[in-house]
Amino acid sequence: MQQTVPLAWYLILGAVLFVLGVAGFLFRRNIITMFMSIELMLNAVNLSFVAFSYHLRRIDGQVLAFFVMVVAAAEAAVGLAIILTVFKNRATLQVDDVSSMKD
Amino acid sequence: MHAHLAVMPPLAAQYLWIIPALPLAGFLFNGLFGRRLPKAAIDAVATGAVLLSFAWVVKTLVATQPLGVPYHESYFDWIRVGAFHAGFDFSLDRLTAVMLLVVTGVGALIHIYSVGYMAHEGGYYRFFAFLNLFMFFMLTLVLAANFLLMFVGWEGVGLCSYLLIGFWFTKKSATNAANKAFIVNRIGDFGFSLAIFLTVVTFKSLDFGQVFQAISRWPVDNGTGTLTIIGLLLLLGAAGKSAQIPLYVWLPDAMEGPTPVSALIHAATMVTAGVYMIARAWPLYMHAPIAMHWVAAIGCGTAIFAATIGMVQTDIKRVFAYSTVSQLGYMFIGVGTGAFGAGIFHLVTHAFFKALLFLGSGSVIHALGGEQDMRKMGGLRSKTPVTFWTMLAAAAAISALPFTSGFYSKDEILAGAYQKSPVLYWIAIVTAAMTAFYVFRAVFLVFFGSYRGEAHPHESPPVMTLPLIALGLLSLGGGAFQVSKWLEPMFPRLELPRNPALMAISITAACLGVAIAWVMYVWRPSLADAAADRLGFLYKAAYNKFFVDEIYDATVVRPVVGGSRALLWRWVDQDIVDGAVNGVGRRARGVGSLLRLAQSGNIRSYAAWVLLGSVCVLIALGLSGGLR
Repeated sequence: MQQTVPLAWYLILGAVLFVLGVAGFLFRRNIITMFMSIELMLNAVNLSFVAFSYHLRRIDGQVLAFFVMVVAAAEAAVGLAIILTVFKNRATLQVDDVSSMKD
Repeated sequence: MHAHLAVMPPLAAQYLWIIPALPLAGFLFNGLFGRRLPKAAIDAVATGAVLLSFAWVVKTLVATQPLGVPYHESYFDWIRVGAFHAGFDFSLDRLTAVMLLVVTGVGALIHIYSVGYMAHEGGYYRFFAFLNLFMFFMLTLVLAANFLLMFVGWEGVGLCSYLLIGFWFTKKSATNAANKAFIVNRIGDFGFSLAIFLTVVTFKSLDFGQVFQAISRWPVDNGTGTLTIIGLLLLLGAAGKSAQIPLYVWLPDAMEGPTPVSALIHAATMVTAGVYMIARAWPLYMHAPIAMHWVAAIGCGTAIFAATIGMVQTDIKRVFAYSTVSQLGYMFIGVGTGAFGAGIFHLVTHAFFKALLFLGSGSVIHALGGEQDMRKMGGLRSKTPVTFWTMLAAAAAISALPFTSGFYSKDEILAGAYQKSPVLYWIAIVTAAMTAFYVFRAVFLVFFGSYRGEAHPHESPPVMTLPLIALGLLSLGGGAFQVSKWLEPMFPRLELPRNPALMAISITAACLGVAIAWVMYVWRPSLADAAADRLGFLYKAAYNKFFVDEIYDATVVRPVVGGSRALLWRWVDQDIVDGAVNGVGRRARGVGSLLRLAQSGNIRSYAAWVLLGSVCVLIALGLSGGLR
C-alpha cells in the first residue's frame, strides 16, 4: 500500500498556521496585515477540514471548506472596502488610530 | 312608598334630564366660547339656561300633579357588577319638587342679579360658566334616585364651590379659603362614602326606593347597629356640606367668593344639601333614633354657637355667614326631631331671605365700592332705598316677626323641638332672639345713623334691584306656600303641639332681639361699646370666633402638616422612595463603570479576550473528556 502523509502532520501544520494567524492578528498594527492574518487562520481551518475529509473518506469536510472560502471571499470584499474607506478618511492604516467609537 | 300604592294612570314621559342638561349646555357653551363672546351673549346663555330650566320644572310639575307617587325615569345602567346595580336614574317626588323649584327659582334670580354685580369683573364668562355648572350638579343631586348619583352631584357642587370661592384666584386669602372649603368637605365626604359602602354591603343596593323599603322591614335600631352607623356617617357628610359643628369652619371663610356665589351656593342651595339628604333618608333615621338624636343635638349646638359669633362680627358678609350656619342648625333641629317637613320648609324660606340678605349686602358693598366693614357704613337708608326696604323684609323674615315667611317655618321647627325636649326648645328660642339681634344690628349699622365712610353710595342698577324685590316679596309672603303641609304625605305623621303660648314666646323672643339691637345701635349707640367692655373676655372670644380656627390649626392642621413633613416627606418620600430610585441608578452606574474597564476600544485586547475564552473552552472540554 502506498505510503501517505499521516493525518497528524496535516493537523500540526494547520495548528501552526492558525497560531501564526492568531499571533499576527494580535501583534501587528497594520490593518492589512491583520486582515491577512485572519485569512491565514481561515485557511488553516480549511486545511484541517480537507485533511479530515480525505482521511475519513467523507465529502462533508470539503463542502465546509468551500463554505469557508465563500465566506472568506465575501469578507475580503467587505473588509477591503472598509479598509479603503478608512484610509481615504484618516490617511492611516494603524489600527490604534481608528478608535473613535471608544469615546 | 307607603300610602302611595293607590293605582294611578301612568304618566307620559317628562324628560327630567332636560332640567340639569340646560345649565350643563350653558356651561359648555360659555366655558368653550365665552372668552370671545360679548357680555350680552354670555348673560343670555347663562341666565337663559337657568330660566328655561325653571320653566321646565314648572311645566313638569304641572304635568305630574298631584305627584302622590314618585315619578321615576331610568336612562341607562351606570354600574352593573354581579348582583349590584346602579342606574343613571332620576326620580321626582314632592320633596324633589320643592328642591327643584328653590334651586332653579332662586338660582335664576341670582343669575340675573349677577349680570349687574359682576359687570365690571374680569373672567366674566368663567364666572357664569361655573355658576351654570353648579346648577347642573345641584339639580343632579336633588333629582338623583340613588345614593351614588346623589354623590356625583354632591361632589360636583363641592367642586363648583371650590372654583367659585377661589374665583379671584390672585388673592391669596381667596385661594386659601377655597382650599379650606374643599379639604373640610373631604372629611364629610369621607363619611358619606363610607355610608354608601356600608349601604351596599348591607342592602345590596343604593336605590332610594329599594333601600328604604328594606329598612322599613328592619327592627328599630336602638343600639349602635348598622343603621345607626350608616345614619351617623351620613350625618358626618351632611355636617361637612351643611357647615355644622365640627366642620362648619369653612363656610365663614367661603365669603371670599363673589357675593352672588355666597347667596346661591353658600346660603340658598348647596349648603342645604345636607338637610335635604337627611330628609331624603328619613326612613333610615326613623329606624336609628340615636343617629337622629345626634342630628338634633348637632343642629342645636351649631345654631346657638354660630349665632353667638355672628352677634359680634363686623364684616357684613361674615355676620350673614355665621347666620347661615346658625339657620342650618335650625333646619337640623327640624329634621332631627322628626319634623322633616318643617326642616324643608325652613330650607325654602331660608333660601329666600338669606339669598336676599346676601344679595342686599352685595348691593351695599357694590354701592360703597367694595367696603365690607359695617363700622364704615351707616345712614344708607335714603341713599339705597330699594336695598334698604328689601333687606328690612329679609331681616324681619329671618327674625321670624309675625306673618313673614320665617315666622311660619321657624314656628314649626320650634314646635317640633318642643315635642322632643324642652331643653332643645329653649335653646332654639334663645337662638331666635340672638338671630333677631344680630340681623337687626347689621341693618341698623348699615342703614341707620350717619354715614361713616368716604365712598359715594349710590343705588344699584335695576338688574340687581329687581331680583331683590322679587326675593323680598317671597321673604314676606313665602309663608303662604305651606311647604310642610304639601310634604305631609311623604313623611311620617307628627302631631305638633298647637299651643298659642309657644307662639307668644317665640314672638316675644324675636321682638326682644330687635328691641335690644335698636337700643344698642340706634337709640344709645354708646351702649354697644359699653356692653363690649363690660363683657370684655366673652366679647373678645366671640369676636375671634372662639379661636376655633386656631384650635383646629394647633390640634389637627399642624400635626398633620408636621407629621407629613417629617414622616412622609423626609422619611418615606426622600429616604425610601427617592432612596430606592436613586439607589438603583447608582448601582447601575457602579456596575457599568466596572464593565467599562473591559471595553478598551482596542481591537487587539478584544481579540486576546476571544483567544483566552476559546482556550478556556478547550481546556474545559479537555477536562470533561471531549465532545463525545
